[in-house]
Amino acid sequence: MEGMRRHRCDSTASVPQLCNSPTVIVMVGLPARGKTYISKKLTRYLNWIGVPTKVFNVGQYRREAVKTYKNFEFFKPDNEEAMRIRKACASAALRDVAAYFTKEHGQVAVFDATNTTRERRAIINSFAKERGYKVFFVESICDDPEIITENIKQVKFGSPDYIDREIEEAMQDFVQRIECYRASYMSIDDDMDRKLSYIKIFDVGSRYLVNRVQDHIQSRIVYYLMNIHVTPRSIYLSRHGESELNLLGRIGGDSGLSPRGHKYADALASFIRGQNIKDLKVWTSHMKRTIQTAETLGVQYEQWKALNEIDAGVCEELTYEEIQENFPEEFAMRDQDKYRYRYPKGESYEDLVHRLEPVIMELERQENVLVVCHQAVMRCLLAYFLDKAGDELPYLRCPLHTVLKLTPVAYGCKVESFFLNIEAVNTHRDKPKNVSISRNPNEALQTVPDHI
Amino acid sequence: MKHRSPSAEQHRGKLPRVGAPAAAAPPPDGTMEDTSPPNPRELTQNPLKKIWMPNKNGLPEKHISHRKVCMTNCPTLIVTVGLPARGKTYISKKLTRYLNWIGVPTREFNVGQYRRDFLKIYKSFEFFRPDNEEGLKIRRQCASAALNDVRQYLTDKGGQVAVFDATNTTRERRGTIVQFAEQNGFKVFFVESVCEDPEVIQENIVQVKLGSPDYTNCNTEEAVEDFMKRIKCYENSYETLDEVSDRDLSYIKIMDVGQRFLVNRVLDHIQSRIVYYLMNIHITPRSIYLCRHGESDLNVNGRIGGDSGLTPNGKEFAKKLNQFIQTQNIQDLKVWTSQMKRTIQTAEALSVPYEQWKVLNEIDAGVCEEMMYEEIQEHYPLEFALRDQDKYRYRYPKGESYEDLVQRLEPVIMELERQENVLVICHQAVMRCLLAYFLDKTAAELPYLKCPLHTVLKLTPVAYGCKVESISLNVEAVNTHREKPENVEVTRLSEEALITVPAHQ
Repeated sequence: MEGMRRHRCDSTASVPQLCNSPTVIVMVGLPARGKTYISKKLTRYLNWIGVPTKVFNVGQYRREAVKTYKNFEFFKPDNEEAMRIRKACASAALRDVAAYFTKEHGQVAVFDATNTTRERRAIINSFAKERGYKVFFVESICDDPEIITENIKQVKFGSPDYIDREIEEAMQDFVQRIECYRASYMSIDDDMDRKLSYIKIFDVGSRYLVNRVQDHIQSRIVYYLMNIHVTPRSIYLSRHGESELNLLGRIGGDSGLSPRGHKYADALASFIRGQNIKDLKVWTSHMKRTIQTAETLGVQYEQWKALNEIDAGVCEELTYEEIQENFPEEFAMRDQDKYRYRYPKGESYEDLVHRLEPVIMELERQENVLVVCHQAVMRCLLAYFLDKAGDELPYLRCPLHTVLKLTPVAYGCKVESFFLNIEAVNTHRDKPKNVSISRNPNEALQTVPDHI
Repeated sequence: MKHRSPSAEQHRGKLPRVGAPAAAAPPPDGTMEDTSPPNPRELTQNPLKKIWMPNKNGLPEKHISHRKVCMTNCPTLIVTVGLPARGKTYISKKLTRYLNWIGVPTREFNVGQYRRDFLKIYKSFEFFRPDNEEGLKIRRQCASAALNDVRQYLTDKGGQVAVFDATNTTRERRGTIVQFAEQNGFKVFFVESVCEDPEVIQENIVQVKLGSPDYTNCNTEEAVEDFMKRIKCYENSYETLDEVSDRDLSYIKIMDVGQRFLVNRVLDHIQSRIVYYLMNIHITPRSIYLCRHGESDLNVNGRIGGDSGLTPNGKEFAKKLNQFIQTQNIQDLKVWTSQMKRTIQTAEALSVPYEQWKVLNEIDAGVCEEMMYEEIQEHYPLEFALRDQDKYRYRYPKGESYEDLVQRLEPVIMELERQENVLVICHQAVMRCLLAYFLDKTAAELPYLKCPLHTVLKLTPVAYGCKVESISLNVEAVNTHREKPENVEVTRLSEEALITVPAHQ
């Protein structure tokens, strides 16, 4: 059973590959109900946990077909020409969904459109059934005028459709656009549609109706949708202060802070105080260096074992030079695929993502949080928020003594980086040019940062 | 054993009681304008759980920072709602079992039980008639007594969640409970079970009511008839949770045994977890098979952990396991293994596809990996004693505890709940944790559950619990079960420590 450790079994994602059929998630709802927000966020989450997912936004297809958006009249129900175009766009999107599943090994496709009529939903359902895809509807229902106005402000004004308009004009037009759909809008019917699998989200999450969850992935999707919220908040990510082992260029271990690391802890405390954050939660790992960093803040913090640094197994506490000397093959394989590579008796970045999933879920539930963690861990969390794929994730820059402030905005995340002016070693090792097993030590060690 | 670079400072098991020296407080820095925070507290690593905690004069300060995540800031009262035979007690017991297993102290309070204790003998459904004044008085008293015990449990006895299991079918009754909770600072979460399918209700009655103390002296016919009339007594005054009038309450409405859910105002983490759990459980009959890998080379040498392959006996077990599975004629069996060689080798002998879960890997014994108990006693006598003192919470240096294992296995349990027929091929400590979940074993019992090699446990949910069948496949294997020795003091002699170590090569 040689090389079994590296055997690529099906369940490398954190989601057991229990259903082989691809799933189409179908969004339902009037414009400005958060469908695209949910589509993008859900897609980002599923990709992060290892389920290949892609959004198919029909509005995007329409923009490509029509080039210039004139006004809401395009969406009038009696506009036959437009109806033809819109139907064609939906069909094109569905064709691409099929191609994504069959040719690109996709597993989940999010079909982002209003899909407000039973007729349209039936077409999608048939399309999926014929091909053996599962269907899960996500309907967003909201009649709170404040929320709708806020949505329009946040995302519609910046849309290509309204780029040359005045705000007032854009708002007027969009409101009338919504009206075009309203007359023919038929919500998923709890009686007639009882055989469908769906979740109805009411009023941005204060209530949910869930019907016929078929399998694991749908269950995870429901759990995720029920935990996210849109309350404004910020997430602060930081590593522990510089540690003794950092100074020595050694990875892993459980050492304490260096003098500069302690200075950072103080600086962090000042910084946090200056941010004036309401009800800040502070999380650390179980390792001494993050706890020492948090102690200085003088506030309560929670220790999560799941936030511990990646386990480097037999390479714990070694320098890169020692790893090259003792495990040159391992070192090369790591450079070949840093995301999937697992240290002997240790973990991979992929394992780390799996172990961090409950942290992400709780971060979604929470509001203002400061997470004091470690380099590899921070890379994984950052990749989730910034939608970075497996090949980029292990090379994201997360230097010591720098706080990243993440604030959700529109469909994404604003990142502000604060270097707190306390010097620290660089612990970032870039991918070297030569990753072949036959390379010589110099080529392997070329990108190792300086240390004592 | 993990290879540690000799130059690195090892955290020795022989921990002094004084705190490990934290780095000196930073020198006052003139550039900081506001008052510097007080000197950072020194940290000690708790010798049992290996958790870093601030200490004062060498003693750990009381600090809740070691709790994994703050489940809830105040105690939670879960209130079931529904007509009789809708699965309220089934849900209450199952939920209580799950919450306790993941470490949330939970207890159920079944008002029917209070009524049985009070009344001693159940005559007939007439007791439940809405016009039976005497009956109503007694029932109200029982509910009050139960709520009183709830208050005690959540306030004085360290409980975090109480499940108040009764019909609670009127808004009035629910209003009283909400008031009670508000007065005591408890959060309330309602769990309503709504079901009109006569087949399901009939099945429920057969499964759990016929065996109830209320009906021990009736034949099946009589019992069913009486119970149906009992349900009728509640039907007229039943007020289901209403989307509009109850929009400010936190609740989940379960419809048709889990086909549909209505979830309103989930307030915090624990409620979110409860909702997720309730949405994943089902009552379709099925069986779960638990077994360990076949005997491994390290097993035979009395060594723990590692990643060795099967011995000839182990391979024989794998073959027999395959035969056993065939004879069981299981529909759509899923097979899960860990990512360690020995479980995978075992699964390979089965003629079905299997899935590898890293979280099913054996407990990580850290610095003690691949050691014999004799070696652990020789090199880490203090650790060995601490482990015997609290085997559930004890964490190996650079390793894990059973408590850590439970946390890492939670997604496995969740998926087992979703699945139907599953065979899990795992390891001793892992199997103990899974078994403890199904059989509702406490943290004290869990690490000593007997899970011998070459034995399959078949678990079949029945009524409110789980039937266990133990099937030995008649292939020889070493014994790997080490009982708790009598002397667990750190001062004990080697012989006293090693007295319960099973024989090995």
